[in-house]
Amino acid sequence: MELTVLGQDASEQAGGCSSGSCGSSGDQMSHLPDEIRKKVENHPCYSEEAHHHFARMHVAVAPACNIQCHYCNRKYDCANESRPGVVSELLNPDQAVKKVMAVAANIPQMTVLGIAGPGDPLANPERTFDTFQQLTEKAPDIKLCVSTNGLALPAQVEELSKHNIDHVTITINCVDPEIGAKIYPWVFWNNRRIKGKKGAKILIRQQQKGLEMLVAKGILVKVNSVMIPGVNDEHLKEVSRVVKEKGAFLHNVMPLIAEAEHGTFYGVMGQRGPTHDELQVLQDDCSGDMNMMRHCRQCRADAVGLLGEDRGDEFTMDKIEDMDIDYEAAMVARAEVHAQIEKEREAKRNAPSQAFVALADLQQSGKKTRPVLMAVATSGGGVVNQHFGHATEFLIYEASPEDVRFISHRKVELYCSGGDTCGDAETALQKNIRTLEGCEAVLCSKIGYEPWGLLEEAGIQPNGEHAMEPIEDAVAAVYKEMADGGLLDEPRQVVAATA
Amino acid sequence: MAYSIIETCVNCWACEPLCPSKAIFEDRPHFRIDAKKCTECEGEFADPQCASICPIEGAILNGLAENANPPGSLTGIPPERMQAAMAEIQAR
Repeated sequence: MELTVLGQDASEQAGGCSSGSCGSSGDQMSHLPDEIRKKVENHPCYSEEAHHHFARMHVAVAPACNIQCHYCNRKYDCANESRPGVVSELLNPDQAVKKVMAVAANIPQMTVLGIAGPGDPLANPERTFDTFQQLTEKAPDIKLCVSTNGLALPAQVEELSKHNIDHVTITINCVDPEIGAKIYPWVFWNNRRIKGKKGAKILIRQQQKGLEMLVAKGILVKVNSVMIPGVNDEHLKEVSRVVKEKGAFLHNVMPLIAEAEHGTFYGVMGQRGPTHDELQVLQDDCSGDMNMMRHCRQCRADAVGLLGEDRGDEFTMDKIEDMDIDYEAAMVARAEVHAQIEKEREAKRNAPSQAFVALADLQQSGKKTRPVLMAVATSGGGVVNQHFGHATEFLIYEASPEDVRFISHRKVELYCSGGDTCGDAETALQKNIRTLEGCEAVLCSKIGYEPWGLLEEAGIQPNGEHAMEPIEDAVAAVYKEMADGGLLDEPRQVVAATA
Repeated sequence: MAYSIIETCVNCWACEPLCPSKAIFEDRPHFRIDAKKCTECEGEFADPQCASICPIEGAILNGLAENANPPGSLTGIPPERMQAAMAEIQAR
């Protein structure tokens, strides 16, 4: 069985995909040298499988930016929004280092520290590199990465390579200045603000040059692209081809986030973001022989925790001041936790795959069954382990007779807080059910009576029978049940949304 | 004559390292320009540096106390469109 999302697991060869490492194919990682595979296997942002187990954090030390993007509003200070470029507390490098050590000591699954804004990290070289330098000394067990719009990248590649930086993410939305002019109103270059196509042309040139220079230095490059319907959606296939050719090892196509209340150009002008389907089709089109990333949560520039969560509130500067951190001891504890996670991952890899068995059975029956989307509630660990009402997001998997593949995640509002806020429960619940449109089953550890009924009405079968099972195994088992029950012989009947 | 920073500044630090006269300094509630030091970048750069990198429309005034980056000039959002959007949000 061949799985086709992004790959990451060095030991995982095509065939016999076992739970927890589904979503990777042997082929996609096998072209990478061992030392590079080693660099990404514990990185939640690069490895779909790793993101079930390991956490990341961003420190907001880089407020300045050297370009304007139409999806960004530089009045970035907001505690309630979750999107890139937004932070609640700007830190200086010393504060950032303190915060990283506090988080690393309290969340031992944290493997990665990134600097991602709220401006452009390389437009703040002193603050960014001071932070990296201190962390290299004080927290040597943490991987460092940085993301950039690329404008200042060529000038900073040499400095980047001196620090222990394994990964650089460049946001590349276009390789055509005509399209660039519709995304970037201006860049600041050689002491001037340069608008329109001319500015976009400079940015594109710098991004491509920076990408080539990083690859030449052996630094791993991921490319992020924002999908903007009607602006660059078709063009991103060309972007994907070009960056792959130049040696980027992973492409992450993300949906545009645009709401009028964000005050961004796209938000105010009514530019829409892509639908789940449009995003998925483009990601599939871009994938070809390149790794596509589909588990990105587009997190804030000060996010803390597993990708699906944000524990930033627990680590504000005033709380950190009171924490007494013994990093030496924390490092030992972290190593133990990591070893335990590795042991569990290894055991999963070696366990006979139930998913494979279920699907092989189905293939043998020779029955033609259509693919099905399923939503999964999980709080981490790669297993079905979350109550439907506690889920803040669902992971979406597609099951077919050939494989189970991870497609995306969808955020929902928490409707069950267990308190007296339940008055709004019904509307939030109905909204969540609409978010799951297109799915035919939802797998969770438990589910209440009311959502059960509403889900059924919406044509989505709730399923709580696979609690604590590995996600891919559970999805494959449910798929087989549906196939055996004759539910998948005909194209899906569309059920009108109830909400 | 001197440029000045007013209250819509978001303290992003972008201008501070660019100033050839070291006239810009961190302050509360926002960055400020020392009028005695500011040269408007005369003889140094074709364009005043702080006003050329500032991302916030209306945060920097020129020597004539005029808005160096008027509404719509940086984001491309027509001011009337922005007003309409804000009015609609407030009405919700």
